[in-house]
Amino acid sequence: MLRSRVIPCLLVQDGGLVKTVKFKNSKYVGDPINAVRIFNEKEADELIVLDIDASVNNAEPDYKMIENIAKECRMPLCYGGGIKTLAHVEKIVALGVEKVALSSVVIDQPSIIVEIANKVGRQSVVVVLDVKKKTLSGDYNVWTLNGSHNTKKNAADVIQQVQNLGVGEIVLNFIDFDGAEAGYPIKGIQRLKSGIKVPLTIMGGAKSLEDMGGAIKQCGLVGVAAGSLFVFKGKYRAVLINYPERKQKKEFIYGK
Amino acid sequence: MITVIDYGLGNIQAFINIYKKLHIPVQVAKSESDLEGASKLILPGVGHFDYAMQMFSDSGMREKVESLVLKSNVHILGVCVGMQIMANSSEEGVESGLGWISGTVKSLESLVKADNNLPLPHMGWNSVTPNHKGLFNDIASGDLEFYFLHSYYFDCASQENCIASTDYSSNFCCAVNNKNIFGVQFHPEKSHYYGVNLLKNFAELKGC
Repeated sequence: MLRSRVIPCLLVQDGGLVKTVKFKNSKYVGDPINAVRIFNEKEADELIVLDIDASVNNAEPDYKMIENIAKECRMPLCYGGGIKTLAHVEKIVALGVEKVALSSVVIDQPSIIVEIANKVGRQSVVVVLDVKKKTLSGDYNVWTLNGSHNTKKNAADVIQQVQNLGVGEIVLNFIDFDGAEAGYPIKGIQRLKSGIKVPLTIMGGAKSLEDMGGAIKQCGLVGVAAGSLFVFKGKYRAVLINYPERKQKKEFIYGK
Repeated sequence: MITVIDYGLGNIQAFINIYKKLHIPVQVAKSESDLEGASKLILPGVGHFDYAMQMFSDSGMREKVESLVLKSNVHILGVCVGMQIMANSSEEGVESGLGWISGTVKSLESLVKADNNLPLPHMGWNSVTPNHKGLFNDIASGDLEFYFLHSYYFDCASQENCIASTDYSSNFCCAVNNKNIFGVQFHPEKSHYYGVNLLKNFAELKGC
């Protein structure tokens, strides 16, 4: 049986590893390569690395950094940040990255998904949507550029659009829950998941392994991703890269 | 020497890292001359069937690899689309496959149609049931699982060529074998403990 993936998500800024709260107040938490090595040892299910500056600065992906991470990474790797063209994707895939994450480019130019999927296969095309609930409505809007720009597009519509164009996975990142470690927004996930036919990964709010297990129980087969949970320990948020062992995952997440 | 064929697809470095850690000699082949001295071949891959066939045909290595595999009986392991191109053809594209193992690559859509709750592509860690001693030696017990990332699967013409299966609403073949030719749909290079052991077993396979 396919089991839900438990995924650390690493944010990169200026070549260093950072963690944010509600997409702001980025705190330096260490060296990305070192973190990758630790997740290798812990046998993490998968790893997401997002360069949160690239698109904001209108910069191309940092290929040297991606190469260094891909070389070290012994788990499946998804990279996102600054990807704007098929040429960027081909370069990144050639460096040994299994999945590429597109974000702002799919809002500006959705048809790029078709072009990319035809070349690298749809299973390698991920769309990361940063979403925020509208006030006085259960609907979510898609935001871009590190949560600074409201596209005013309805997340449910964007999901349908990217699915029809042939995306292989959708990652929903709940901006207001980022770094809060107060639990996943289950209602919002259920609402958006109902229209999703491709693998879905959720991010934003994970506070514990049990919380991840709860999200899987209530939302079905989903990838559960987290930043803070896997880089901080304790209420003072001391930096400690961590990931559950096989046995802990079974006990606390899958419930056996 | 284990030789990983670099035709521009797949994570070459991941295989290199694993074999280096195991202290098993390994090299990368980027051109025909690099294939000299290869005792075992790995054909990696991620991506679209047609793109993989074009890249392999344009690599300048196809002829030499075919001669090593089909005439000299050198062991080869295809991974993901590197396995799929060993079939005769694929529903994903229009190019002909290598035809080393008789079969067609088919879309998973028809397999999982019955169960609307299951997402496609098939992505993540799934259990594998092997029926081959060599490749799955010493790892065929307990919670055997590998990382999958695909929308198509290898439908063998003869069940004898299927050496492992996995369940995703229906059973499908996830590893194939015909004499010295092996292929796996999952990614052993990204499957931690079980993947490392499978790659070690492949390195240790004796002539057939």
